[in-house]
Amino acid sequence: MSVTAERVEHGRALPGDFAIWVFILAELLVFGLFFLAYAFARSRNVELFNASQLLLDRQAGAVNTVVLITSSYFVVRAVAAIKENHARLCANWVGAAIGLGGVFVVIKLAEFHAKFAAGITLSTNTFYMFYLSLTFFHFMHVLLGMVILAAVMLKARRGGYDAANHTGVETAGSYWHMVDLVWLILFALVYVIR
Amino acid sequence: MHFKSQAVAKPYFIAAIGLFVGQILFGLILGLQYVVGDFLFPAIPFNVARMVHTNLLIVWLLFGFMGAAYYLVPEEAETELHSPKLALVLFWVFLVAGALTILGYLLVPYASLAKMTGNDLLPTMGREFLEQPTITKAGIVIVALGFLYNIGMTVLKGRKTVVSLVLLTGLVGLAVLFLFAFYNPINLVKDKYYWWWVVHLWVEGVWELILGAILAFVLIRITGVDREVIEKWLYVIVAMALITGIVGTGHHYYWIGTPEYWQWWGSIFSALEPIPFFMMTVFAFNMVNRRRREHPNKAATLWALGTAVMAFLGAGVWGFLHTLSPVNYYTHGSQITAAHGHMAFYGAYVLINLTIISYAMPHLRHNAPAANGRAQVLEMWAFWLMTISMVFITLFLTAAGILQVWLQRAAETPLPYMVVQDKVALFYWLREITGLVFFVGLVLYVASFFVKGKAHVPETKAARAATA
Repeated sequence: MSVTAERVEHGRALPGDFAIWVFILAELLVFGLFFLAYAFARSRNVELFNASQLLLDRQAGAVNTVVLITSSYFVVRAVAAIKENHARLCANWVGAAIGLGGVFVVIKLAEFHAKFAAGITLSTNTFYMFYLSLTFFHFMHVLLGMVILAAVMLKARRGGYDAANHTGVETAGSYWHMVDLVWLILFALVYVIR
Repeated sequence: MHFKSQAVAKPYFIAAIGLFVGQILFGLILGLQYVVGDFLFPAIPFNVARMVHTNLLIVWLLFGFMGAAYYLVPEEAETELHSPKLALVLFWVFLVAGALTILGYLLVPYASLAKMTGNDLLPTMGREFLEQPTITKAGIVIVALGFLYNIGMTVLKGRKTVVSLVLLTGLVGLAVLFLFAFYNPINLVKDKYYWWWVVHLWVEGVWELILGAILAFVLIRITGVDREVIEKWLYVIVAMALITGIVGTGHHYYWIGTPEYWQWWGSIFSALEPIPFFMMTVFAFNMVNRRRREHPNKAATLWALGTAVMAFLGAGVWGFLHTLSPVNYYTHGSQITAAHGHMAFYGAYVLINLTIISYAMPHLRHNAPAANGRAQVLEMWAFWLMTISMVFITLFLTAAGILQVWLQRAAETPLPYMVVQDKVALFYWLREITGLVFFVGLVLYVASFFVKGKAHVPETKAARAATA
């Protein structure tokens, strides 16, 4: 029997709740379609996209990338902690991840503010339509992810998880990694690749 | 029946079926008017027949949803309905108001109806699907509020399950979004913009919650699969329906004066709208395959599976056909839309209503888990006749639509609208004939309620416990 088959048999093929994976795949499909549409629109107007792209705040984007990756690492630590029955530590790691989520949100809001102050809207041009839509939809996912993590943190504080029973932590962690993953692609695609 | 007060669902279901018959009769008149333009003119002009056909559909589906809620919420909450009396009063209010409205459409010219009902005070009439006089709309709001109060109080005092909460969320959304029917701005773009908040956000938003909840309820009862499993599916389906459906409203905003980004937003999000419907299909078959009991009501199982498949085809696949903005540029408002409309409404909302009616009626009428064998066979005949003829109606309208788009919009020398209508008349005839088959199916369906046979044993306490 292969390793994978064995894992499936033990019901441990995927960390966290199965439903969240259906949800994650569906979310990835939405973003994937958006990315494809971006690529399609860009191929028809490369110059406009390149010119507009230069006006983005790449520094803010880069900082946010580091912030999200770090927060994902914190979530990994949280899962590791609960597997060793350290509920308090787990809650703290999740709390730290939420804190970094907050940093991302603040930086992103500053970026949005700068763009709106410059008079940029969804109707400015196709590039900005994609930039604003993609980053806004992702932004909403960061907020949702933070809510999910907060619920897990509170439950962990109350001692709701332990080494044997911590599906919730893994579920929230999986979702948060998805948010992180989408940002990695988004940042590279929209801010960097020319 | 587990609770006495569930009995109030029965008049709602009977009214729903009665209005359904009316809807189909007007559908047949309307279908014939496509090819014999002056059929029944001036008694029933085309625009009136169309209005009656679509309005009856909406009203009977609402009757069905309300009946479904009155039936399943007490069972889910494990308590009697808050006020069966209120439910019955609202039933008569809604039925009389609905009947008067339809009579108004048929007996008085529309403009006179508007004047008679004081449309000047708060003009809301004259818009597709929202043609009802303002006072009827106000009546709908009152009925909806009373209904929500009744259902809400029942849920509050009893067990709160995912099924009843999703259903309640859908019903609250239905009522709240209907309020946009009262907003009627002078600006035509704004008018259409918010009009879709009722029309689209109903059928591709909150109604999907109602559909999901009813389907989940019936599947729990029929299959005996763990509630936990079914609830998880319901969550995911509802989440996907909302993620794709809300922004998916954008697929109605192409070229009507809204900003261009709606073409991207509408295309991308609505392209994914088939996903929740596909999940629903997988869900329904999966649950039936994993069933832990053989429920005697085979017909209800058939209706439930039919809902899942036909909703996916009609709403999902036929919706996707013309949802992308570059495609919709050509197909907008053509017979392709009519094809999609027919199969989506039938597949998703007609069938879910017939599913819950099929499941609930034997309990309501005979206190038995299923109708007698002969009645069920007839019911299944009705299912296949109606479903297959709806597939053909959809295919014929799609063919008419493709021809129409080609001749009228894509060809090098496009032809005028009415010339094209003449050229696609063959498909309208075929649609009408298929419509008659559909009607035969409907007659058999109604007849199935009157077939006598060896009855299933009335529910005993033990049987009740087993199906709880």
